[in-house]
Amino acid sequence: MSKHIETHFAVTQLHARYASAVDANDWDAWVDCFIDDCVYRIQPRENFERGFPLATLSFESKGMLRDRAYGIKETLFHDPYYQRHIVGAPLIQSVTDECIKCEANYVVIRTKLSELSTVYNAGRYIDEIVHTEAGLKLKSRQCIYDSEMIPNSIIYPI
Amino acid sequence: MVQTFDVRLCNETHGDYAMNAIETAAAVKLSAKESSLNWYENGTSRIPFQVYTDAQLHQRELEAFFYKSHWCYIGLEAEIPNVGDFKRTAVGERSVVMSRDADGKVNVFENVCAHRGMQFCRERHGNRKEFVCPYHQWSYTLKGDLQGVPFRRGVKQDGKVNGGMPADFKTEDNGLNKLRVATRGGVVFATFDHAMESFEDFVGETVLAYFDRMFDGRTLKILGYNRQRIPGNWKLMQENIKDPYHPGLLHTWFVTFGLWRADNKSELKMDKHFRHAAMISTRGNAQAANEVSKVSSFKETMKLHDARFLDIVPEAWWNGPTAVMTTLFPSVILQQQVNSVSTRHIQPRGNGEFDFVWTHFGYEDDTPEMTERRLRQSNLFGPAGFVSADDGEVIELSQKGFEQKPSHRALAELGGRDVGDTDHMVTETLIRGMYAYWRKVMNE
Ligand SMILES: [Fe+2]
Repeated sequence: MSKHIETHFAVTQLHARYASAVDANDWDAWVDCFIDDCVYRIQPRENFERGFPLATLSFESKGMLRDRAYGIKETLFHDPYYQRHIVGAPLIQSVTDECIKCEANYVVIRTKLSELSTVYNAGRYIDEIVHTEAGLKLKSRQCIYDSEMIPNSIIYPI
Repeated sequence: MVQTFDVRLCNETHGDYAMNAIETAAAVKLSAKESSLNWYENGTSRIPFQVYTDAQLHQRELEAFFYKSHWCYIGLEAEIPNVGDFKRTAVGERSVVMSRDADGKVNVFENVCAHRGMQFCRERHGNRKEFVCPYHQWSYTLKGDLQGVPFRRGVKQDGKVNGGMPADFKTEDNGLNKLRVATRGGVVFATFDHAMESFEDFVGETVLAYFDRMFDGRTLKILGYNRQRIPGNWKLMQENIKDPYHPGLLHTWFVTFGLWRADNKSELKMDKHFRHAAMISTRGNAQAANEVSKVSSFKETMKLHDARFLDIVPEAWWNGPTAVMTTLFPSVILQQQVNSVSTRHIQPRGNGEFDFVWTHFGYEDDTPEMTERRLRQSNLFGPAGFVSADDGEVIELSQKGFEQKPSHRALAELGGRDVGDTDHMVTETLIRGMYAYWRKVMNE
């Protein structure tokens, strides 16, 4: 049992660390939540369930995440906004020496300057997490979102 | 010096173009007397903000552009490959259903039950033998014909027939509202207007060539959808893709990583009414795929950490150009940006908002590597794309500017005040052309 509690605790800490990074606009810390050979996807539930491969964003390496971080910082014009992630309890599906597979629901609230806070994106994370010397890291994170319409754009990682 | 609005062609070699251009100009001048809007020098180089903010003008636009005289985008045949497959979508602000019937034909009908008007189809896609309105179980064939009406002949009780439809009720007269359908190259268009010209005549020879280039008869393979709701007037998206002024300035990602260069060969072409257009450009060093991430006209040192975003491999069907953006007025944008191809469907929601639906696809003969490449490059486009996310943002903020000052106007005078095809991108001529057409149709 204590092993399970340990795993659960470590996963929730990773989730919390991730949320803290993306809500603080700390894109380097976001990139650091992943191992080098990683996958990050933001995909509409529709595509996911119908077996369409298209994602809203689909990255296949830490290099691609770095390129996104650069894009956010240097090239993408956007209306400034805050985001706030609320992540539910992880459902741990399998634990092996190599990999923890789990899911967690999330809601992202967006607040634009001088505006009210609104629900921006709702969905679930499907994660594959691995042990590294620096603690747990994401090998794969898929953000599968229910939100049928993106309120104009997604700039920051979910 | 007073300059009069004169629609002239930059390319004088197209005689018939020039003729039509002059006709359009004349029509604009005639109607302008009655225009409720203030058009600078009776032209279209300055666009009154009211065309974006006025709810009544918007209603008239829906009638004039989406519900009459125009073929509107419905979808791709590959979305409904089998008998009974359907997809729910929209023409303007009206919900419609596209279905494939037992003969393999594509039908489009309005999503309003003939009985009590209920929007009966709620699923967005699926497969059906028939369509049934849940309210009173009226059922329709895949062609939209009424086939079943419960209690049509009444109910027998104690030897007497109660109720039933009147004797002269005919199912033939009570089908769903069917749209006229045109398919070409696997793309489906429809119109409520059964009297209008053919799809081919509607698009016109010049732009049709670019349509056929992308939809050359190969079966399409759907890669998936992206959907965004943009708080701005729907025309702004047409204008965005008729505006080659902004990409090199707004989309710094393009410039940073060498996808947009001032020395790219480019052309702008329109149909004779100036409503549709193609922006055609050819990157200087298209064939050197792995050169791309090294080329930079902006920051010499900028390199992608992962160059696969721009792993561009030229395809035979491009026939030269590396990017062709086609605007079919009013409802759709056809995108070829290197290996990424998509349709972008405009679905208005009042004058201040529209839904923008992206359908990315590939071709039946794509290798797995090409499919992967198209998907990787799709990271550049869509609601989160490296170079498309900012388009939605600037449209939203433009609309905000219009709303606060509706009596003002926007300028579109780069490259002059006239309208015509060009062999460069330093012009807003396509926007002026679109409004020349708009004025003519709207009689404003
Ligand atoms: Fe753009």
